[in-house]
Amino acid sequence: MGYVAIRGGEQAIDEAARALEYLRVRENGKPPVSVDAITTQFHALHGRVLSEGSLYDPELAALALKQTGGDTLEASFLLRAYRSTRPRLADSPVHSTRGMRLIRRISAAFKDIPGGQMLGPTPDYLHRLLRFELADETPEAFRAAARSWLKGAPAERLPESFPKVLDYLRAEGLLEPAVETVQEPFDITRRPLVFPAPRSAALATLSRGETGSVLAIAYSSMRGYGDVHPTVAELRVGYVPVRMPHAITGEPVEVGEVLMTECEVVAMFDKVEGQKPAFGIGYGACFGHNEVKAISMAILDRALQLGARRGPRVPAEDPEFVLLHVDGVDAMGFCQHYKMPHYVTFQSDLDRLRAAQAQPAEVIS
Amino acid sequence: MIEAPARAYQYGFLDEYAKKEIRRQTLKAVAIPGYQVPYASREMPLARGFGTGGLQITLSLLGPGDTFKVIDQGADDSVNAVNLRKFIVEACPDVSLTTRAEDATIIQTRHRVPEVGMSPGQILVLQVPYPDPLVVVEPNEAKRKQMHGEGDYARLLVKLYEDLVNFGEITISHRYPTRIHGHYVIDPSPIPRHDVPRLHMADALFLFGAGREKRIYAVPPFTRAEPLAFEDVPFRVEHFFDDTGARRPCARCGSRESFLDEFLDSYGRKQFGCSDSDYCARRQESRR
Repeated sequence: MGYVAIRGGEQAIDEAARALEYLRVRENGKPPVSVDAITTQFHALHGRVLSEGSLYDPELAALALKQTGGDTLEASFLLRAYRSTRPRLADSPVHSTRGMRLIRRISAAFKDIPGGQMLGPTPDYLHRLLRFELADETPEAFRAAARSWLKGAPAERLPESFPKVLDYLRAEGLLEPAVETVQEPFDITRRPLVFPAPRSAALATLSRGETGSVLAIAYSSMRGYGDVHPTVAELRVGYVPVRMPHAITGEPVEVGEVLMTECEVVAMFDKVEGQKPAFGIGYGACFGHNEVKAISMAILDRALQLGARRGPRVPAEDPEFVLLHVDGVDAMGFCQHYKMPHYVTFQSDLDRLRAAQAQPAEVIS
Repeated sequence: MIEAPARAYQYGFLDEYAKKEIRRQTLKAVAIPGYQVPYASREMPLARGFGTGGLQITLSLLGPGDTFKVIDQGADDSVNAVNLRKFIVEACPDVSLTTRAEDATIIQTRHRVPEVGMSPGQILVLQVPYPDPLVVVEPNEAKRKQMHGEGDYARLLVKLYEDLVNFGEITISHRYPTRIHGHYVIDPSPIPRHDVPRLHMADALFLFGAGREKRIYAVPPFTRAEPLAFEDVPFRVEHFFDDTGARRPCARCGSRESFLDEFLDSYGRKQFGCSDSDYCARRQESRR
């Protein structure tokens, strides 16, 4: 093979990489942050990368965060690129979240729900005041806090599964009938997304969408450019057992569990010809503990269903507008590319502008 | 415990199923010149917008015995071109690299066709930011697909006409809409107008890869490629005439045929030089 050395650029790239690495290591004398510490102490950040990176590998997600200095877009990008090198070995059966090992479960629709409300770990009702004592937290205090919580944990086991709030509404005849039965889900990582896209493709795209983007478009629907009026029927956070077909017998066997956030919203009813009025459903689910994203996704799912039924009236109901703009890796890449040389295209632009400027005044007035 | 994989990359980086899919969609693109074939574009270790569509086509094609050249805006030595070369060295270790366009079997390019032209058997892989020329007149993809199917490019022609009314000139500078063999109009990627005629009845195969937008399309050899224009307003390439009406030469190699970049020298004077760095360097050598 021949490798022709190229001037200038190569050395510049290498030195830029070294300068970037220095930003990560410059705090001399301090121990490097461990991958484990990122997984636990930056659990919210870590959850975002698991979800947006579209690969449930907690250790690699933490490594990606360490490598990128905590940049969620870059870290997710590392996971996605790694994913491209892995073959698809098998498909799992469809999973149910009924068997989720819950750490949190709430409903905004009813005060009491079968199985009970379970607040779990949430900052929702914290006063958002800085805890200055954390600034110089000692390892002893850190460990003592963990021990004290574990000591107080109740001994009784939670039930294996909890009924869904939606089951109750459905039994009461208050929900619209489920239109799309679970067929082969559309795999957006193996098939191109073309429009009109099936709902499973939309859900998969939203589920790995960038949190801020999903929130921003959902927020447009919440505050003025839409009419979903959602109520959170149920929001769950917990660990879903993952089953895969056994390599020899083909029978599904449990191979582990994934931390997920799931949100089901019911939406105010619309007039549908030939049908009794009923609440609509919006569904959101993502890897990691990320309630803003799950709720936003559920609202967008609902908005997109409305758009599909009667034509989009606002941006959040337009599948192309929503689904082609929520992916963080796509969007950030294209944004970054504007920094690359555009000498040729700019030269071509200059040519056109000068030609237009050279026109006699009466042509362009 | 995280363990590093035994090899950083498998050959060609992508898994074999991905390469197979890309090859199949590329064949389809060649069979239907100018048609945008959707494919499940993979994430690459380069950011979207840096040539991931072109790179996926390149990786699906490169094998032992190939000679590869990569150019970015005409230059072999710009940072993005260097970066792509570095990646190919790691992903396809037995591929030879060259800067000489005529020696390459496959050339990946961003926004230029080499000045020396393309020969039979060669493949030029172009990186594409926007695959659909209709996007400037119609944002809805489903509608655009129908317009392409019906060969309905009336609204593009109206846009060209409106340019003439507003500015006295067609203002499309690069990405000039080009009709392929009398049917599909393509976005030929942001090549300057200077390069568009090289696609017409060419000896080589042109493959276009849009990674972020997930489309592949092709202009095969001996296929007509005609930029949209009017009978009385012909298509025109960039002109590089000075105030006296003479074609400016390249300040470095003296060429009066090449596409020129405008730049300021260290005295702040406006200069023009070839955009194709290898073409220019070799002309300078031969003049010594």
